Amino acid sequence: MSALVAAQAPKARSSSGFRLAMLLPGALVTFLLILFALGLVLFLAFRGNDGSLLGVGLTVDNFVTVATDPLYWTVTLRSLVIAGLVTLATVATAYPVAYYLAFHAGRRRGLLLFLVTLPFWTSYLLRVFAWKIVLAYNGVLNSALIESGIWSEPTLAFLNTPAAVVVTLAHAYAPFAILPIYVALDTIPKSLLEAASDLGARPFTAFRRVVLPNSMPGVLAAALVVFVPTVGDYVTPAMVGGPASTMIGTLIQSQFGKANDWPFGAALSVCVMLVILVVVLVARNADRRFGSRT
Amino acid sequence: MRVDRAGTKRDGRWLGLYVLAYLVFLYLPVLLIPLFSFNDSIQAAFPLQGFTLQWYETLYGNPALSGALVNSLVIATVAASGATLCGITVSYMDLYGRSPLAATISAIARLPILIPGVIVGISLLILINLIGLGPSRIAIVLGHILVALPTTVVVMRSRFAAIPRTVREAALDLGASDWTTFRRVMLPLSLPAVLSAFMLAFLISFDEFIVVFFLAGTEPTLPLYIWSQLRFPRSLPTVMALGTVILATSFIIAGTAEILRHRGLGAKRRNPA
Repeated sequence: MSALVAAQAPKARSSSGFRLAMLLPGALVTFLLILFALGLVLFLAFRGNDGSLLGVGLTVDNFVTVATDPLYWTVTLRSLVIAGLVTLATVATAYPVAYYLAFHAGRRRGLLLFLVTLPFWTSYLLRVFAWKIVLAYNGVLNSALIESGIWSEPTLAFLNTPAAVVVTLAHAYAPFAILPIYVALDTIPKSLLEAASDLGARPFTAFRRVVLPNSMPGVLAAALVVFVPTVGDYVTPAMVGGPASTMIGTLIQSQFGKANDWPFGAALSVCVMLVILVVVLVARNADRRFGSRT
Repeated sequence: MRVDRAGTKRDGRWLGLYVLAYLVFLYLPVLLIPLFSFNDSIQAAFPLQGFTLQWYETLYGNPALSGALVNSLVIATVAASGATLCGITVSYMDLYGRSPLAATISAIARLPILIPGVIVGISLLILINLIGLGPSRIAIVLGHILVALPTTVVVMRSRFAAIPRTVREAALDLGASDWTTFRRVMLPLSLPAVLSAFMLAFLISFDEFIVVFFLAGTEPTLPLYIWSQLRFPRSLPTVMALGTVILATSFIIAGTAEILRHRGLGAKRRNPA
């Protein structure tokens, strides 16, 4: 069949005008807006700051500063820890939901799938803002605790802590994690599970030896789509994190704002992209070890 | 075997409870915004102080707000059109173009998922200043096309892939040109997905904050207006009223997009991605 199709294919006239028109929009956006713009960031990272748009000279001073100033190590480490915790929390809490969707949801599957992805399409800013009113000194959590007699005085302990950043980000990016895991679980052939149970595997053994390894590609994809946006986030630290939760995204943003040192901001961005590249490579390596089917 | 099945059923029930708790955690903080938008108090705190619509009344006759709203609507419409056009052409050529260039473009188009928003923002900020555009509405549109692109490509690609290959081959064999096949056969067959991609891209642009922060000139979008209001405790109830309207609109548009995405061809195949 496929040989037949292939034999007929050359007959189809491929007009070059059609191809050009169809390739043009995508080519413009991907090459100019993505590749060229990222190239500019890389170029700017090796320039000195003289207040002009593209800086001056060729230098590695920006990277030397990033590598030698302990401030940047602290903030980078903090960003990695926060993003790592958020990724761990979202993936661990999303897995049972995805598992239920794949194996137990039955007729309710469509509705549940819609319900867990719906928050994904609502305003990120509003979701973060919701946590600000929950955690504030005279906010929802404090007033509810006092109202119910558990606490006698409101506490400042909730807002402006790194913990608040972790909780808020984990909530904001929760919908990202479910879908990739669900897709991976859903594509596991049911015959594999039957084979496991026929061969005498207990449910937990079957889960540990069959389901979990087979769903690893989905877990890694989920971890990636949560980790990437959280590691560069600057809105949540600003809203609920306070000064002790400054993240690398906050520093980049301020270099292009108040601090006005674009080349240094570009160098910080390059470092973040390198960190992400390492994480992607590690994930891809792990994925290959689990024999990815996706 | 019977024991096994009973065990699975019990596991299912416990998992079901967990899913319920998870949904509560997912929705409760967000639903506090509508709750307190009707509360007759400046503070978002318990106990509730009685029902009021006064915060919604403050939304009327606010020129800064309506300016931001119009701005957001225009930008979201243009950006969603651009992102959908790119999503259609990129995924169509990826599947049927048979060229490494088309496959490369498709791969790069999905790359923004792996770039934090702050870096998308600053890279475009450098670019628009370089080409002399400067922070402006066009700059925001370009930024939002980029942010929405992975979504439109994924939605369109899964729809095009769900159309049996024979349909396109039949059209070509019957003498239709590439262009006619695309316009008269493939595009009409995937129209629900086109609408769905457009609506999702519209929502992404309408709610986007992280990238727009770097690209906006003197005319803010709605999320930027909200951000500017968050500094003033007195305006928080108004923000919650506005947030309620935005949440309700987002829910409706996302729901419609979801229904459209699974209509027609896609309905027969279970295709969550």
